[in-house]
Amino acid sequence: MSARENILARIRQAQGRPGAAPGEAELASVREEIARHEIGPLPPFAHAPDRLAQFLGECERLGTTHARVASEADVPKEVARYLGSQGLDRRVAGWHEFAGLDWAAAGVAFEDRPAAKDDATGLTGCFCAIAETGTVLLLSAPDQPKVTALLPETHLCVVRASRLLDTMEESFALLRAEVGEPPRAVFYVSGPSRTADIEQTIVIGAHGPYRVHAIVVP
Amino acid sequence: MQLQSMFFKQRATEKLGDELLQGNMRKAKGKFVDGRAKAVAEFGVWEEARTHAAKVRDRALANLDAYLVEFERKATARGAVVHWAETAEDACRIIVDIAARNGVRKITKSKSMVSEEVNLNEAFEAAGMQVVETDLGEYILQLAHEPPSHIVAPAVHKSKEQVADLFVAAHGKPRLTEIPAMTREAREALREHFLTADMGVSGSNFIIAETGTTLTVTNEGNADMVTTLPRIHCVITGIEKVIGTLEDFASLIRLLPRSAIGQTIANYHTLTTGPKMPGDVDGPEQMHVVLVDAGRTKLLGGAMQEMLRCIRCGACMNHCPVYQNVGGHAYGWVYPGPMGSILTPVYVGLENARDLPNAATFCGACAVACPVKIPLPDLMRKLREQQFDRKLRPWPERVVIAAWGFAVTRPALYALLSRIGARVANWMGGRDGLIHALPGIDGWTKGRDMPAPAGRTFRDLYRQKESGRP
Repeated sequence: MSARENILARIRQAQGRPGAAPGEAELASVREEIARHEIGPLPPFAHAPDRLAQFLGECERLGTTHARVASEADVPKEVARYLGSQGLDRRVAGWHEFAGLDWAAAGVAFEDRPAAKDDATGLTGCFCAIAETGTVLLLSAPDQPKVTALLPETHLCVVRASRLLDTMEESFALLRAEVGEPPRAVFYVSGPSRTADIEQTIVIGAHGPYRVHAIVVP
Repeated sequence: MQLQSMFFKQRATEKLGDELLQGNMRKAKGKFVDGRAKAVAEFGVWEEARTHAAKVRDRALANLDAYLVEFERKATARGAVVHWAETAEDACRIIVDIAARNGVRKITKSKSMVSEEVNLNEAFEAAGMQVVETDLGEYILQLAHEPPSHIVAPAVHKSKEQVADLFVAAHGKPRLTEIPAMTREAREALREHFLTADMGVSGSNFIIAETGTTLTVTNEGNADMVTTLPRIHCVITGIEKVIGTLEDFASLIRLLPRSAIGQTIANYHTLTTGPKMPGDVDGPEQMHVVLVDAGRTKLLGGAMQEMLRCIRCGACMNHCPVYQNVGGHAYGWVYPGPMGSILTPVYVGLENARDLPNAATFCGACAVACPVKIPLPDLMRKLREQQFDRKLRPWPERVVIAAWGFAVTRPALYALLSRIGARVANWMGGRDGLIHALPGIDGWTKGRDMPAPAGRTFRDLYRQKESGRP
């Protein structure tokens, strides 16, 4: 008997179900339970009257800074302003979707490639954002390397206000509708990396970015 | 982790006398308890959410085999390899084999309590491989050659001075004592390991049957490095971690960081499904999931099954007056506090952890704090009953309990004996009404006096009151 068979048989024996493995009917009923996608009770702030205000407020609680620009064409200017305000080099490794913007005019050296270990700043988009918790959701894809949000000390994230949802549950529904099965990595980022492992004192910048800056476009 | 649970009394006594530990524990206590209280008050529908969370966990546990098979089917379809391990030794063998087959020399790990259960680090080291813990707390403990003392904050028992000494020895740099600077130094040391490891090992907070997904929740971002950068990703997790849907995950994750440290959301939720996909520039080439039993099936099918709902938030220990005073190491195994007082005896044998089900005041704070409504004191009481039945308690205790059981089921006898007992105890109290020593149970009076009873039983007083006499 394999370990798998033994474990399944032990479970069934303990729970008083006959046989050594789940039958087709049992599996079908599990799939039915799953297909209901039941949503649990939501806190009152999950459906805030002003979704953007809720998102930005939660961002602030988490230490994510933010700025609003009039259109995507204004992103390079905001990137230049932000990097200047932080005293950072105007050099960015970013996702391909932003390669067509006029970076030269804003004085930013944009490189269309995944961030590597020595890059100080990474620029990503996001699949959607979640107002309840001030979260951005990144999906892995050939043009959307996750390392760009992870390795640099500064993560800039372009958030489309039209892609702002209330809850994580809504992000799953959107994922099913637009992508189907989740890609290899589904990555919920809520503020800069932190730790409290030494004397429960919160320190920003554990292994991931020290700074997360959300640039909100319409 | 080396089993020491049989020495609870001795270790707890040592810890109570450890001034440094007592200071470190006092600092931590307020942050956990106050943080949770504030987050719960803010939430609005906490009790409804707890009820739903318990239901979500029960649903998968009630048909655990079918949920696991469904998870396996989905994960396999996405290119992950699912392994089943009946014992701790099997889990280590499977994972070390994967590493050896792939010529792995260095492994980075994000925090996994199951890996502590099965002694995975020792197994890697015995095979000549280097393993690096990357959660800051776990990294500190790896340097100190100590096991974790808390399931969420593993190094809660250490002061920054103790950590500073460890960093000097490990990094060979000038001694830092500012926590942000110390954290940066560890970040830089670990960054090199992230980039050069051949295999990443992570635990999984939950595994999702709907999609074949494993997931980790961290604040540091170390699990993201571990699951993204090395060419092999191996997940080690308990069979009880399976849940149905992504929505179930959303429900549970609203409760987990709030219960643990009062945080609304952890900084990173990393959901991983299978290895790298065609065209991806990052991600592992192989993904393995090792599903571990190692005692879990022993909890199924009866009252103890509720324990498997546990989502490892640590709220029960944070709120436990025993844990708050003795710390996690006193419990002598991976899981401390109330949840450990149940899991340890079941996983390692009741005979090896006799004191743990009794290491409680039964104040009930753990059951109130538990986000998935595990009736922790009731389960500890069940283990106490098993101890009695299996004659694992000392004989004087068993004789007293048996005698009490005999008397209490015979009302007339009980009335007589309690009347005599109340008189004797009143007489023992003497002039100051305090009993300074109790023959046979002097442990109780070693550090305190027992107020003597009034000399008449409650039933006598009640009868007198009812009859209207003064």
